[in-house]
Amino acid sequence: MVNKRVKFTFPPVLITEPVIHKIGQDFNVVTNIRQADVREEMGWVVLELTGTTGEIEKSLDWVRSLGVRIDPVGGDVVEG
Amino acid sequence: MPRISALICRSCGRKYPVEPINACDYCFGPLEVTYDYNAIAKVISREKIQKGPYSMLRYHDLLPIDVENAVEINAGFTPLMRCNNLGKAVGLENLYIKNDSVNPTFSFKDRVVTIAATKAREFGFDTLACASTGNLACSVAAHAARAGMKAFVFIPADLERGKVVGAAIYNPTLIAVDGSYDEVNRLCSEIGDNYPWAFVNINIRPFYAEGSKTLAYEVAEQLGWKAPDHTVVPAASGSMFTKIWKGLKEFSSLGLIGKVSTRMHVAQPEGCSPIIEAYDSKTLQVKPVKANTIAKSLAIGNPTDGIYALKTIQESKGSAVIAMEAEIANGIKLLAETEGIFTETAGGVVIAGLKRLVDEGRIKRDELTVAYITGNGLKTIEAVEDAVKPVFTKPNLEAFEKAMHAGVTL
Repeated sequence: MVNKRVKFTFPPVLITEPVIHKIGQDFNVVTNIRQADVREEMGWVVLELTGTTGEIEKSLDWVRSLGVRIDPVGGDVVEG
Repeated sequence: MPRISALICRSCGRKYPVEPINACDYCFGPLEVTYDYNAIAKVISREKIQKGPYSMLRYHDLLPIDVENAVEINAGFTPLMRCNNLGKAVGLENLYIKNDSVNPTFSFKDRVVTIAATKAREFGFDTLACASTGNLACSVAAHAARAGMKAFVFIPADLERGKVVGAAIYNPTLIAVDGSYDEVNRLCSEIGDNYPWAFVNINIRPFYAEGSKTLAYEVAEQLGWKAPDHTVVPAASGSMFTKIWKGLKEFSSLGLIGKVSTRMHVAQPEGCSPIIEAYDSKTLQVKPVKANTIAKSLAIGNPTDGIYALKTIQESKGSAVIAMEAEIANGIKLLAETEGIFTETAGGVVIAGLKRLVDEGRIKRDELTVAYITGNGLKTIEAVEDAVKPVFTKPNLEAFEKAMHAGVTL
């Protein structure tokens, strides 16, 4: 089992979707929200995922396919 | 010796010991170095600073390192130039350029990497690492060479070879990652979490970022121990912008300068301006963007310190200013033609932003303004190749005079 910290940024069209609930339901991954700011026009959630590497990656691929942006919690690390 | 009191979470305020960590375990917020300012106040003075080395290490009392064992390539103490010609061109009577393009590897990154490399060695690491498309790679490789450390530099596989020569020459291990920018980013974050390396802007980031404070200290000292009315600072992650503000406030609280009423203005290019978008929307929520700008050194679509840059703007009553992509090369040329300073595209963003700030009345004609130029023009010559317009001549005097008559106003 591994832990992975990620930040989801939701476009307005997905604000009302229970994406994080479905991760826990459809994949063998435990979600643990640490920070969030969800508004009408945009929302972000910082959370920790716990599971096997394969199961976490599958869940993230699914989240990405919905149109949610996934970033490392610490922001971009590739600098100029 | 350093007088660090702790690492503190910028989001929730929890304290952590001084270790190579960068995120709060509780809320995952970024950690920042805090100091015992009472202890520092007892030892620091203008006179002591002035007797120090002509480098950023003259401010070592306010840096999180043991200066005796610093990895030193003489970064910092770069020129602060009064710029009357550029001032006249943009409409300012009291304009200065902080020319940080003359650092040892030709960008301000030498300041942050000096701290990161020193701290990495203090923590016992033998390897420095970073992910970069330019300036940071050069600085990490150079500092590692100087320190006798191993260096791993990650670059996108499609990066032009010319861009990495400045890093490759120091003989780091170059890892070319075959993937999109986002994929390179993800991989490097994971490597940062899983390898026992000092990844300068991941696990060493709280210390690394502190190096940028010296950009504030130097300007204050070079202005005769005072803060400017305005600063114009380029932003990628937003870290440098917040640290310049922190540096000015530290100097003031220690009595080295008077009250700080500097208005901090952050400049970003049109093709990557997530901080400006949030500022314009009057929100602290920074929405990540896909970067598409010629100012590659500012191409961070998901800025780590975006929210703190916005808070700095609020606190200082400053603003955010955009440089249109088409204005960037003109900014580079204007600075070169008026003041003899050749900057990279990030500097073009600053000059274009400065002009807009004056045009829109956000900076008044007589206010003391410092614009930060953070990288050297030789790194991005492709942006201004159209400046090359030679007058051709055959190798004889008659042909020369004819060519001059046709092509040049004497």
